[in-house]
Amino acid sequence: MKILVIEDDREAAEYLEKAFAEAGHTAHVAGDGETGFVLADSGEYDIMVVDRMLPRRDGLSLIAALRSRGNATPVLILSALGEVDDRVTGLRAGGDDYLTKPYAFSELLARVEVLSRRASSREAETVYRAGDLELDRLSHTVRRAGQDITLQPREFRLLEYLMRHAGQVVTRTMLLENVWDYHFDPQTNVIDVHVSRLRGKIEKNFDSPILHTVRGAGYMLKAG
Amino acid sequence: MTQITNAFRLPAIMRTTAARLSALYFILFAMCAMLLVFYMTSLSARMLTVQTQETINEEVQGLDQAYRRGGLPILVRTIEQRSRQPGANLYLIADPHGRILTGNVESLEPGILEIEGWTERPFSYQRYGEAARVRRNAVEELPADQLPMSETRHNAIALVSRLPNQMIVLVGRDLGEPERFRAVVRQALMFALGMMALGGLLIWYFVGRRALRRIDSVSEASRRIMGGDLSGRLPITGAGDEFDRLSENLNTMLTKIAGLNDGLKQVSDNIAHDLKTPLTRLRNRAEAALASHPKTAGYREALESTIVESDRLIKTFNAILMISRLEAGNSTEALVSVDLSATIRDVVELYEPVAEECNVILEAVASEASLIDGNRELIGQALSNVVDNAIKYSMGTSDKPAVRVSIEKADGEIRLNVSDNGHGIPDPGDRERATERFVRLEQSRSQPGSGLGLSLAKAVMKFHGGRLDLVPGNPGLTVVMAFPEAKGA
Repeated sequence: MKILVIEDDREAAEYLEKAFAEAGHTAHVAGDGETGFVLADSGEYDIMVVDRMLPRRDGLSLIAALRSRGNATPVLILSALGEVDDRVTGLRAGGDDYLTKPYAFSELLARVEVLSRRASSREAETVYRAGDLELDRLSHTVRRAGQDITLQPREFRLLEYLMRHAGQVVTRTMLLENVWDYHFDPQTNVIDVHVSRLRGKIEKNFDSPILHTVRGAGYMLKAG
Repeated sequence: MTQITNAFRLPAIMRTTAARLSALYFILFAMCAMLLVFYMTSLSARMLTVQTQETINEEVQGLDQAYRRGGLPILVRTIEQRSRQPGANLYLIADPHGRILTGNVESLEPGILEIEGWTERPFSYQRYGEAARVRRNAVEELPADQLPMSETRHNAIALVSRLPNQMIVLVGRDLGEPERFRAVVRQALMFALGMMALGGLLIWYFVGRRALRRIDSVSEASRRIMGGDLSGRLPITGAGDEFDRLSENLNTMLTKIAGLNDGLKQVSDNIAHDLKTPLTRLRNRAEAALASHPKTAGYREALESTIVESDRLIKTFNAILMISRLEAGNSTEALVSVDLSATIRDVVELYEPVAEECNVILEAVASEASLIDGNRELIGQALSNVVDNAIKYSMGTSDKPAVRVSIEKADGEIRLNVSDNGHGIPDPGDRERATERFVRLEQSRSQPGSGLGLSLAKAVMKFHGGRLDLVPGNPGLTVVMAFPEAKGA
């Protein structure tokens, strides 16, 4: 995956470049808004990570300019501002996701991977499958190895999200955002408890684990 | 040093408000006085002129009668008689060519006798015998035409008429009297203006200097306070004037600032404590890991716990930032309609598994929609912080620990009540302090958490124009989140 990082802090940019490389991606760094715009405009990147405050051209106007030129490359906005309504402003400008500094790289990586795969979205599929687990989005039924599993509505949505991103790491905040539509840090391990409940229902009485915990990052649904 | 101050004293006085006002009033009064005086003098001058003209008319009538009675000789005699009286009017008879025949006028401005009727403007003349007298008194060397004219020439107005035999008769009156009157008035005016200027200057000096001294003492005190002595206060004289009121208000402000400063100090002490502790832990672990043998399990574990610890630090930091942003209240995003009942259901649903794990019964009593204008995100976060706390502090305190979240409408407010049946906070002072930043009451020191949950909830409530109250329950504690009801709802 080719990632464009537009970030003026050199140390942070170098760290991201290295960390993305270790995760198996190619990252290019632009140190200011203008350079970033020129590189992004080439359209050869799968995803962009854009800092909001950049020299020469700020992040939001850069994204807006790209969008008006028909460039639909997914964008993740990084911001140190942390205002109450920053997220809304950022997403309205054309960003696809938003992360506040300081952040954990595992969080950024998980979000970038999910975002980049959004282009080949599974939104249209009505049935998600992972190994012997099957989720029907229309009839709201879940089966594993041909056996019906009864889920609460919220558990169903949780599993739906995990299955849509099967094989990818999803973080706790991503789950809170996408399943509960809240963007704050829950104080305690509320998400973990929900996940372990769900895990109990889809793994109990079955041989193989399917919902894995990724240490220091989040969860991943993966068969086998 | 004193000399320098004195040298700067006067210009400083000029710059005071008192001085500017005195100067302004002085100019205004002077203009009014001058206007009044000019009006009065011109009025009385006109009256005097009218009087003079009447006198002259009477004289002319008298002379006319004399002429009719005995012709020219009687007229001439009458005129000679009258001209000899002291302070008399001007009388003159001239032949048709303007040569003076008799009367008490020796010479007058040329051209006056040629026009019949009232002279159009005052003219100058010389009384009979006056020129000679002056010439006698004056120094011999001076030629006659250089004698001071003002001493012998006077201004007058006159009525010129012709007798049937073309002889010219002039009756006039000296204008010396009105002119003297005008001079007296002018003098009085000058005197009055002088007195006013003097009075103004005195008031200016004393009032201005007093004001200056008061302001100097105020700025002296504020310099001291700016120097770091926040306990200092501005002097109050007890006069109850505007300076005292100003000082009182500034003192109240200073007390408030000192209070805020103390609060800030306490907060920064708490931050220092609550951030330093995990930072020290972090550092210790890294150090211990470095000292141990590489490639052992401890190495990895140390790194992982470092990440966990720094994540917690980041969370704490984010919470601090968010609280100060909320307290600054500078959100530009318009508030939207939020259903509080839906928020309660969401949060209770989110926390229900956690509660179950802690053996706490968590229930929501909220069915009908209750709409307010707000930020769903923030309200959700605030409520989940409160619910989180309630679960934590009721856990294990009784046989059936329970947390109940309900909604009620009362007194133009929509209240979310989060009640638990735990130990509560019995001391009112502790209840008060519980919402302060980083304050963690003794009994909760052992519990995980940043000590920011309730302060964040309080900041969110303040942001929405509402309030957060801690009410003692029976048993336990009820946290009341009161929102003002939406306008038009």
